Order: sequence, then C-alpha cells, then structure tokens
Amino acid sequence: MTFYNEMLEGDRVRDPYARLSEWVETMPQDFRQMKQAEAEDLFRRIGITFAVYGEGGDPDRLIPFDMMPRVFEQAEWRKLERGIKQRARALNAFLRDVYGRGEIIRAGRIPARLVYRNEAYEKAVVGFVPPRGVYSHIIGVDLVRTAKDEFYVLEDNCRTPSGVSYMLENREIMMRMFPQLFRQNRIEPVDQYPQLLRHTLESVAPQKCDSRPTCVILTPGHYNSAYYEHSFLANLMGVELVEGADLFVDGEFVYMRTTQGPKRVDVIYRRIDDPFLDPLCFRPDSMLGIPGLMDVYRSGGVSICSAPGAGVADDKAIYTFVPEMVRFYLGEEPILNNVQTWTLWKDDDYRYVMDNLPDLVVKEVHGSGGYGMLVGPKSTREEVEIFRKKIEANPSNYIAQPTLSLSTCPTFVEEGVAPRHVDLRPYCLCGDRIELVPGGLTRVALREGSLVVNSSQGGGVKDTWVLSE
Amino acid sequence: MLSRTASNLFWMGRHLERADTAARLLDVGQRITLLPNTEAGYQNEWNALLRASGTAEVFASKYGEATQEKIEEFIFFDRDNPSSVVSCIEKAREAGRIVRTALTSQVWDALNVAFQELRRIERTPRAKLDTATLTDFTTGHISTVRGAINATQLRNDGWHFMHTGYGLERADATARLLDVKYFVLLPRIEFVGSGLDTYQWQVILRALSAHRAFHWAYGGDISAARVADFLILNGESPRSLITSLYETVWHLEGIARRYGDSAPTSARDQARHSLEALQSRDIDMIFDEGLHEFLSWFIGEIGTISNRVHQDYLLGGA
Repeated sequence: MTFYNEMLEGDRVRDPYARLSEWVETMPQDFRQMKQAEAEDLFRRIGITFAVYGEGGDPDRLIPFDMMPRVFEQAEWRKLERGIKQRARALNAFLRDVYGRGEIIRAGRIPARLVYRNEAYEKAVVGFVPPRGVYSHIIGVDLVRTAKDEFYVLEDNCRTPSGVSYMLENREIMMRMFPQLFRQNRIEPVDQYPQLLRHTLESVAPQKCDSRPTCVILTPGHYNSAYYEHSFLANLMGVELVEGADLFVDGEFVYMRTTQGPKRVDVIYRRIDDPFLDPLCFRPDSMLGIPGLMDVYRSGGVSICSAPGAGVADDKAIYTFVPEMVRFYLGEEPILNNVQTWTLWKDDDYRYVMDNLPDLVVKEVHGSGGYGMLVGPKSTREEVEIFRKKIEANPSNYIAQPTLSLSTCPTFVEEGVAPRHVDLRPYCLCGDRIELVPGGLTRVALREGSLVVNSSQGGGVKDTWVLSE
Repeated sequence: MLSRTASNLFWMGRHLERADTAARLLDVGQRITLLPNTEAGYQNEWNALLRASGTAEVFASKYGEATQEKIEEFIFFDRDNPSSVVSCIEKAREAGRIVRTALTSQVWDALNVAFQELRRIERTPRAKLDTATLTDFTTGHISTVRGAINATQLRNDGWHFMHTGYGLERADATARLLDVKYFVLLPRIEFVGSGLDTYQWQVILRALSAHRAFHWAYGGDISAARVADFLILNGESPRSLITSLYETVWHLEGIARRYGDSAPTSARDQARHSLEALQSRDIDMIFDEGLHEFLSWFIGEIGTISNRVHQDYLLGGA
C-alpha cells in the first residue's frame, strides 16, 4: 500500500513545507531535545490533562506533543472548509427533519428503523424546534487524507466533540517556543475560536430571553477526563463553568446558585451526555443532571447546546447516509467523500465482509476511541478469527470499511524525522452563521506503520497550520 | 460568582493557611527535641502541638507513642491526618483546579508547582529529607502562592473570599495554639512565671513565627501578659487575633460593598460585632476573665462568622 506523503513528493519538498524542512534540517539534535523537554514542561505546568472523547485513561496523563507542525495551503483548506460547512448544514437539516415530519424517511432515502429505533433518538424532543433550527452547534468532523485532493470523512461528532483546547494550546506553545517560525511563515490564527464559540452560543438564545444571554458550560465535574478543556473554554469565553448541582429550575427558567442569590441562565453548553441531563426526563438515577431542565427547554426558557437528541446524526449507521442528506436537503453534490461502508445487518454486505475480513477495518456501531475495532491488515490470523466470532454473535453491532491509506506527515522520532500517519479534526460552529477556524486538531500515530491515532493507542498531537495567501 | 466557586476559593484560602500552620508546628516540634529534657520528656509538648492542630486523637490511635519520625510522617505526609501538609496542599490544589477559571495563571501555576513538587518529595526516601527542608518547602511555596494571589488576582469578590478564608483560619489557629499553652503545657499553677513557663511561651511564639517580631516589639522580656498581648491585641502582629479578625472584617466589608442590597450581610455584621467586642478588652481584662474562657469565646465567634459566610453566600440563595 502506498501513502500520500504531505511533505515529500519523491525527493522534492512540497511548497507549504519548504521553510519547515529547512528548519528541521538545520536544527541541532540537542536543541531539539531541549525544546521537547520545554514543551512537556509547559504542558505539565499548564495542567493539561485530557483525553479525546470517550477514551478514558489516567486523568493526569499527557498526550505526546509533536513539535513538527502539519501544514495546509490556503487552497486546500478552502475546499475542506466548504465541504465541512456543507456537511454541517446537511446534518442540522436532517436533525430538524427527523424531529419533525421526517421527509427524508417518507421519501425512502433512509430506513425509518435506523432513525426512530436509534438509541440516540430522543422522543422527548419530537416536535420541538430549537432556536434557529440548530441542533448541533459544534461539529467535530474527523477526516483523513488519501491524496492531494482526496479527503474522506471518518465520522461526524455532533454531540460534544472534545480536543479543541489542544488545538489552541498546541498553537500557543508553538508560538512561545518558536516565534521565528511564525515570522517566516504566514499562518492563519486560531485563537479567535473562544469568541466565535461564545458568539455562536449567544446567537441561539431561547425565545424567552430578552437581554444579552447568560451562557454557561455544564461539566460533569473535575474528575472528568476533559475537565481541563471545560475550564479552559469557560475561562477564554468568560462564562461560568457549572456542575449540575449549581443549577436548579424554578418556574419557567433555569438558575445558577451565586453568591448574590439565583441568577438566570439562558444558554447551556453542556459537556454531559443526554441521559444525564434531567433525571425527571431521562435517567432517574443521574446525579449530574438538573431536575425539570427539559420542561424549561421545551417551553423556550433555556437553550441546550448541543440540543438533546443531536446524537442521532453522528451514529455510525446513520453516517453512511450523510451524502444522501446533502443531496436531499441542499440539492448539492457532497464535496467531501464518505468512506465506503458495509453495514453488517445487510445480507450482501455481511457476506462480502466475512469473505474479505483480513483486508478490512471493522468497528462497533456505538464504539469510539479505537477500542473494539479490527484493523484487518495489521492483525494476525488468530485475531481476525476471534473477531469473526464476535461479529457472528451480533452482526448488527458492526460496520466495516476498507483500510484507508492515511496520509503521512513528517514527525519527530528517535532517529530524526520520519513520516507518520495522521488524521484531522476541525471544529465547525453553527449558530446564526456557520464558522470554521482555519486549523484543527491533528492526531498522529507515533508508532511506525500504525494507523490508529487515538491517544489511548499511542497517538500524539500536532499544531495544524493553514498558510494565508 | 457561583456559590460553589466562592466556596472553593474560601476553602482554598483556609487550607493554604492550614498547611502553613502544620509546617510551623513541625518546626517547633523539632526545636523542642533539640533542647534539654523537661519534666515529662517531649511527650507533653508533642501532644500539646498535636492538640493545637486538633489531631491528637487521630495520631494516638494510629501511631501510639510519639517519636520524631512518626510526628514528621503524621504532620507532613499522612493523608489520614486532615490537617497534614500533604492533605491541605492537595485539598487547596483540588479546590484551585475546580475553580481554575477564577484564578490567574500565575496563581494556578504556583499552586500546581507546589503540588508537583510535593509529589516529588513524597517519592524521595525519608532518610534524605530533614525537617528544615520540609518546613522551608511548605512556607516557601505557600508564600509564593499567596504572593501570586496578591500580585495578580483581580480585587473582586473571589479575592475577598480567599482572604476571608485565610483570615478566619489564621485567627482560629492562633487562638487554639494559645489555648493549648494554657491547658496542656502548664498543668500546675506553681509553674507560672518559672523558667519552664517562659520557655513554653517561646515555643508558642515560634509556632506562630513571631519569635523575633516579639522581641522587636517588646524589647526582650518574655512574660505571659506580653506574649498574650502580642498574640491577641497587637495590631502590628500579623498573626494576632485582632489583626486576623480586622482583615477578615475588611474583606467581608469588601464583599458587602460590592454586592449592595442584592445579598445578605449577616457575616459582615457578626464579624464587625466580634471585632468591637475584642477591641473593647485589654490584656488585664482578658486575664481576669480567664484566658481559656476568653479563647473559647473567640473560637466560638470565628465559628459563627464562618457559618454566616456559608449561609450568606455559599448556598446560592436557593
């Protein structure tokens, strides 16, 4: 299998990497080690402890930071940006539709069963349209690159994608350690993200809000692996970081407990999952939630971002229909590709997958974080057979995809610089406007040959540059 | 400000001050063991100091007889001791982590560095650590955090809550330490004014890092009345009851002024009232009243103020 190398074309260094390449070649070994130690020290002192959505693990763990940036040209980025925004519009249109008349299902484009019997489908919000018809306000689209102009979407994270603090801190640390790089290269800034996020949240204030909306971030608490990110964003946006117990419902509104008594809350950017939002509506045993929150939400007293029920759009089974959504709602052709996906509950797909298991990647429908998946070409015969048994036991729990030839980026390794596989997660904001800061989180598989970029499986992160014109 | 945020800032202040107190206790204990034996060996003094931190029972049930190593382990490292340096710094750092958004990066950095260094010390073999290293570590880092707070935090309600915590904790610690002297160090009346008595007052002064300050202020002669005056009523002494309470009132006034009519002020009113009652006394009146009775009253007042802070601000009015 051949891989697209983002820096090299044969022996020639591609234009966007020209200066970086020189920088690396002239860098003394001890300088590099010193800077690497400095970066780690900075991360530790800042107290970044973090895990990408649902990965779990030691809360005080550091994700390895690779100092070699990943670079996009303006033109490459423009295309990605258009593709991601298009997807974001389609996904929100889909959510509005399936909690309304369900036109796409009536038209026979998506099977009703996949939507209405989906675990993430919330009956409690059927018929309610959130402000501006936006359900998913922050969409983290996971992308991989296979050729110069070929990007594939791996999944859409419509609920509460994490990792954006890494995008911001990686940049901050790079600018602090290597200011000369930023003088030599013209790099689009990303630090406007918190302001854009706040603007997005304020733009979806509930109907009953008649002054400047009060926004908060709702966190499950400081034991959560992404707590650092929650407090980081709250701090940069200048909004309160609340836990469930800080909020209560009184009459038509939600309030937070402050030193000056109750204060009304208009927009909640929640970083907890649907089942934990309101024990009266969802899980009665949840200690994290706010009793009565959903009643206030449905009567226009508070906005919740992302909207309860938004998860139905990023399910792995629904994923296969996103290109269909783009055509159906927008009347456009999808700019970004979906990865070809076989759904194992279909007989034909099942047979194909079982016949070709060693060549495919198989994932659990509801899994995340690189766990519970099979990378056929990287597995032993034994591992494949064990996985085959798991599939036979419950076929509808799995989807399969071809093994993609993920692009590589130059990455610092023990013996110098070597290509390692990467993916990309940009963060798209949807409110009164759809915005995308030029950058994102690049995850890199630090182990040679590995295609799994998850931090729990030996992945690291990189600063991601978009060069201006 | 969120009530939970205010609560964490308040307790961050209290725990930082408490860690400082614990380290100074350790320093004093160390000094005692370097001096010639007193009547009952070191036991009495050690127990008195443990009592000052309110942990004598926990220590006795876990360690039995006091030795230098056990005391050091207990006062500095032991997580079963809620007032140990490790316990207090961890709780302060935990509170700080929860309210990261209310701290400047300098304050967080200082707090986090203290915590990371503490972990390093915990991994160091005990034989390589002497008491002075441990106390210097603690007072140094606590001062750095406090310095960062005063140099960089906004002078807003959060700052006042932190300092209200500091002030109440300091007032409480000084009062308890004085009380211990009266009851435990000096059980028999004929010791009053003896060499042992003087020596024990010195120990108290050391425990409050007020040894040299006292001599500057009073010209050397140690007597019960002078030491008590210095630690209770002297407005220049940074750990005296009156200074601690005065500063607490000042910070509660700050909160009340900021919040205007939108929040209750019973804590401020109570603190003002307690301060007036303290200011109306001189040291002779206090000795006539009985030092222990006076200190019991004072500790009760501090407890009441703390409860009122809780009621006024930390429950969120729901």
